[in-house]
Amino acid sequence: MLRIVVDLNRCESYAQCVFAAPSVFWIKDGESLEYDYVPDDSLRVQVERAAAACPVQAISICWLDEQLGQQRGNHNEQ
Amino acid sequence: MSSSDTEKTASSVQRIIIVGASLAGLSAAEALRSEGFTGTITVIGDEPYAPYDRPPLSKTVLTGLLPAEHTTLPQRVDLHAEWLLGVPAIGLALENREVELADGRRFGFDRLLIATGTRARPWPDSAQAALDGVCLLRTRDDAAKLRARLAAGPKRVLVIGGGFIGSEVASVCRELDLTVTVTERSSTPLIGALGSAAGMFAGQLQCAHGVDLRCNVTITALEGDENGRLRHAYLSDGDTLDIDVAVVALGAVRNVEWLHDSGLAFDSRGIICDSTCRAFNTNGMATDNIFVAGDVARWPHPLYEGELLTVEHWGNSVEQARTAAHNMMSAPADRRAYETLPAFWSRQFGVNLKTVGLPTFADEVVLTQGSIAERRLVAAYGHKGRIVAALTVNMARWLPAYKAMIEARAPFPPVLHAPDGPAELRPVPAGFPPRGQSTHSPIATPTGPGPSISPPEESSTSAKVQDPRVPPGFQPK
Ligand SMILES: Cc1cc2nc3c(=O)[nH]c(=O)nc-3n(C[C@H](O)[C@H](O)[C@H](O)COP(=O)(O)OP(=O)(O)OC[C@H]3O[C@@H](n4cnc5c(N)ncnc54)[C@H](O)[C@@H]3O)c2cc1C
Ligand code: SF4
Repeated sequence: MLRIVVDLNRCESYAQCVFAAPSVFWIKDGESLEYDYVPDDSLRVQVERAAAACPVQAISICWLDEQLGQQRGNHNEQ
Repeated sequence: MSSSDTEKTASSVQRIIIVGASLAGLSAAEALRSEGFTGTITVIGDEPYAPYDRPPLSKTVLTGLLPAEHTTLPQRVDLHAEWLLGVPAIGLALENREVELADGRRFGFDRLLIATGTRARPWPDSAQAALDGVCLLRTRDDAAKLRARLAAGPKRVLVIGGGFIGSEVASVCRELDLTVTVTERSSTPLIGALGSAAGMFAGQLQCAHGVDLRCNVTITALEGDENGRLRHAYLSDGDTLDIDVAVVALGAVRNVEWLHDSGLAFDSRGIICDSTCRAFNTNGMATDNIFVAGDVARWPHPLYEGELLTVEHWGNSVEQARTAAHNMMSAPADRRAYETLPAFWSRQFGVNLKTVGLPTFADEVVLTQGSIAERRLVAAYGHKGRIVAALTVNMARWLPAYKAMIEARAPFPPVLHAPDGPAELRPVPAGFPPRGQSTHSPIATPTGPGPSISPPEESSTSAKVQDPRVPPGFQPK
């Protein structure tokens, strides 16, 4: 399962992620980034592009096979 | 384990227990594995869910854009952890190094991380709190329930308390075109976190968005009908409201009770630890195997004159947990101090509010860029002639520059020459309530020097000030 988290302290609302994955990230009221923590697995490529495009590296992704217990995560921390 | 790992790790550390399976607990587990810890990690949490994020609960989940279950946090490292979820820890035996669970099981540890966070402060009258329609907002379940209530189109929502969570809930109500009243005992919303100068601006935003904002007012009683459904709220100004939903947003209570008789130094303000996150025992000694992180911690921050802080911020839970994890597996000489600046964001009434530093430490505030009329601005907070915090409203990109000034202990008012700044900087009093006076949601609070362990609300007068029903102007004798 695909999961993401954005460090909104770090985020400076550049919206590059919104362009890369518009159904996962959106900007509310001009400057507040909102997003889905659990986007559909089919959006993986879009989400990876979004994370790579973020100029302040605020987006972390992981790709889990199982919920709890033996996780297989893609370590994607800066 | 490679030989270099063994040198780095205090080699006796094989079993780590984390109590509290939320943001701080997860961040610590991730950091332990990223730093090469190969022993066992057991995470104990009383909620039945894998760690999820709370900030969207008062934002996207309430607006209905995000289902409550879509807040589960990623686990960014292969954790190989044992998860004991849905069962609380009820005791800690320091001598045997054991945690006891409610189901009677006991687990031994070499290092323990306490990350039990906070819970929503309940309405003080339990019969009124049990009325159908009285809501709290802390957990995923709370958010799903409140979302269902809002989606049903209540005739009026009452938000009790104008702190961050109360204000965000009110903002969502207006987005959903619901009639909403906010009652706040102080003179402005957000006063505990940002002071009355910024709070006045927050109040203007609320009114401009159609909130029925009642400051200097408390709710004295809630009343239901014969079926136990919430119907009325009685206000300290004599008014009565017809309501079907009330959101109790009176700040947080720290989850420390399970440590009773443990010998650790804690009280209702949190668990006291040093800047390396080691908990103090009641003899004032730092323990070497018990660590604390997140909303439940109370520790001395070097930038703020060593005052003990409690910080209920997302970023603090992540960073403090990472520091605690590093120190848990390090030899004493390799431990590091936690000195990250507090940082916070909120979204409400069309603006992105962000802070860095500790506004509550300040005595003055000054508008440095932008303007109130445009609803785009930066304000700097000062204490004794140096800058201690900054607030941006829809100007988040400026925050890092102010962060650097705070870290450098730059003078206040700051020298900026910003092209969008006022011709002359005019500091005004920041307007924080006096220390010790209860405000609903200070969220980052200096709580005084030294690992003192006397609970603050022992006396009956201070208990009365803590009671959210007591109207403003009450004078403790
Ligand atoms: C609605 C809402 C909105 C927020 N919005 C923002 C925001 O916009 N920006 C921001 O910076 N911060 C925000 N926060 C604050 C942020 O979510 C918290 O700072 C963060 O969750 C703290 O994490 P923690 O792990 O320290 O504590 P918690 O998240 O409180 O987690 C503690 C966990 O421990 C569990 N626990 C307690 N006692 C026991 C026990 N005895 N045994 C086992 N488990 C136990 C609890 O049930 C809980 O799951 C918000 C909080 C809420 C509630
Ligand atoms: S690209 Fe990065 S900085 Fe920009 S909005 Fe997305 S998360 Fe924020």
